[in-house]
Amino acid sequence: MNNSLIIGQYVPGDSIVHKLDPRTKITIIFFFVFIVFFANNVAGYGLLTVFALTCMFTSKVPIRFIIKGLTPVWFLIVFTFILHLFVTKEGTVILDFWVFEFYSGGVIQGFAISIRFFLLILVTSLLTLTTTPIEITDAIEDMLHPLKRFKFPVHELALMMSISLRFIPTLMQETDKISKAQASRGVDFRTGPIKERIKAIVPLLVPLFVSAFKRAEELAMAMEARGYQGGEGRSKLRELKIEKRDVFVLILFILVVAGLVLARIYG
Amino acid sequence: MRKKIIEFRNVSFRYGDEGPWVLKNCSFEIYDNEWVAIIGHNGSGKSTIAKLLNGLLFPQEGEIIINGEVVNEESIWNIRKDVGMVFQNPDNQFVGATVQDDVAFGMENRGVPREEMQKRIVETLAAVGMQDYRLTEPHRLSGGQKQRVAIASVLAIAPKVLILDEATAMLDPSGRQEIMQTVASIQGREELSLITITHDLQEVAQADRVIVMNSGEIWKEQVPREIFSQKESLREIGLDVPFVAILADELKRAGVAISIEPLNHEELLEDLWTLHSRT
Repeated sequence: MNNSLIIGQYVPGDSIVHKLDPRTKITIIFFFVFIVFFANNVAGYGLLTVFALTCMFTSKVPIRFIIKGLTPVWFLIVFTFILHLFVTKEGTVILDFWVFEFYSGGVIQGFAISIRFFLLILVTSLLTLTTTPIEITDAIEDMLHPLKRFKFPVHELALMMSISLRFIPTLMQETDKISKAQASRGVDFRTGPIKERIKAIVPLLVPLFVSAFKRAEELAMAMEARGYQGGEGRSKLRELKIEKRDVFVLILFILVVAGLVLARIYG
Repeated sequence: MRKKIIEFRNVSFRYGDEGPWVLKNCSFEIYDNEWVAIIGHNGSGKSTIAKLLNGLLFPQEGEIIINGEVVNEESIWNIRKDVGMVFQNPDNQFVGATVQDDVAFGMENRGVPREEMQKRIVETLAAVGMQDYRLTEPHRLSGGQKQRVAIASVLAIAPKVLILDEATAMLDPSGRQEIMQTVASIQGREELSLITITHDLQEVAQADRVIVMNSGEIWKEQVPREIFSQKESLREIGLDVPFVAILADELKRAGVAISIEPLNHEELLEDLWTLHSRT
């Protein structure tokens, strides 16, 4: 069973990107997603690309992991580029081929959109590549903390997330076991018309759900036996701490944003 | 005078108001630093006793006193601090994403400060021999290792009583041995009463005292050696007699003068090789 796939894409390392507080990373990515759509000229895109690539290289994550993360969206990037080539009718005609006319505006537009896509995917996959799911959960719990005032169950949500993460491998192993058990009884998951194959999943899902509920019940009992009584009065083992490097990176990011604004005004 | 840690006073329990009585008028006492094994076949009420001890269930009749406190809705949070419990399924009691998170869970619930937690994690993991796995995820551990982590996370809150509710039932023989050794070494070192609940007679040999349950009633309360000598009646209430006890019986029948009721193979061996010099 492929464990790396189960646990997400986290690649262990001790680069500055790994060590950054997960809250810093999430904040930067949140704003990055917005400002990517703010760029409208070469200088702007250049600045963002340099920022993203710098992050990528300082993270020291091997390129093949990043390429692996990009594969599912590769098609989308190429497709939007081609779509823009055919659909956009701006600028001058640069190529006249049979019934198609390709405009310069289409090429530029296509490039711009593809770069936006590329940057978005690159930066978000950097988050999951350099941050463990638990760190992300902790960060979300901390960042949603103000919502507690509105009776939003922040602690419960975070606990749910971390328990789900912890049980993903367990349930995957279980699925594997059940599918083998059912296959040995003659259920065919791999061949036959699609309708039959979907039907074959039912004897897999039913025992999986039954056991998941049983697990949940036992887990709840074990948690209660260990003194769990909700978020009140709990202490935490893991601690999030804003360090100098977080401040440094945040300032750097603000400079990038400022640069982008300048590029938009004067570019 | 030994200190009474647990007292069952005429406790009866049933699930729902109409159901059959799972426990019928049970009374027993458990003292500090004592190892008591509770044994019985499935449905004899032994696991119900464990849940009653931790306030996961409450008795309909009688009362349970733990460390001087009667178990009820108000006292359960105090009692759960004194009574730690390890359950049967190694996977379904592992809450944390890593070993150290799981050990910390019970302490986090009680608001233990961070430095104290880190210290306790190192200590308790060392006590169960899992110090090298502090950052390991649960799915990379064997069943026996997971149960050792579960024991560590109970020890972390420094309870007065540790209950193992069929904690070895889902393990392979080597995992089972792993747990029994861990438990024996902890019991030797820490100030702790130990209650092991099992249906395997072999696991009661090391206990100080054995409570045998049969259909909701206490059938016998004796030291292991006396229990082992009553093979016929043990079989009658559906318990498997260990091989070594059967062997000793057969040897006696064949005319070999065995002097003791052996609890394990070593004892039988010891008795056999000294046989000649005795006769």
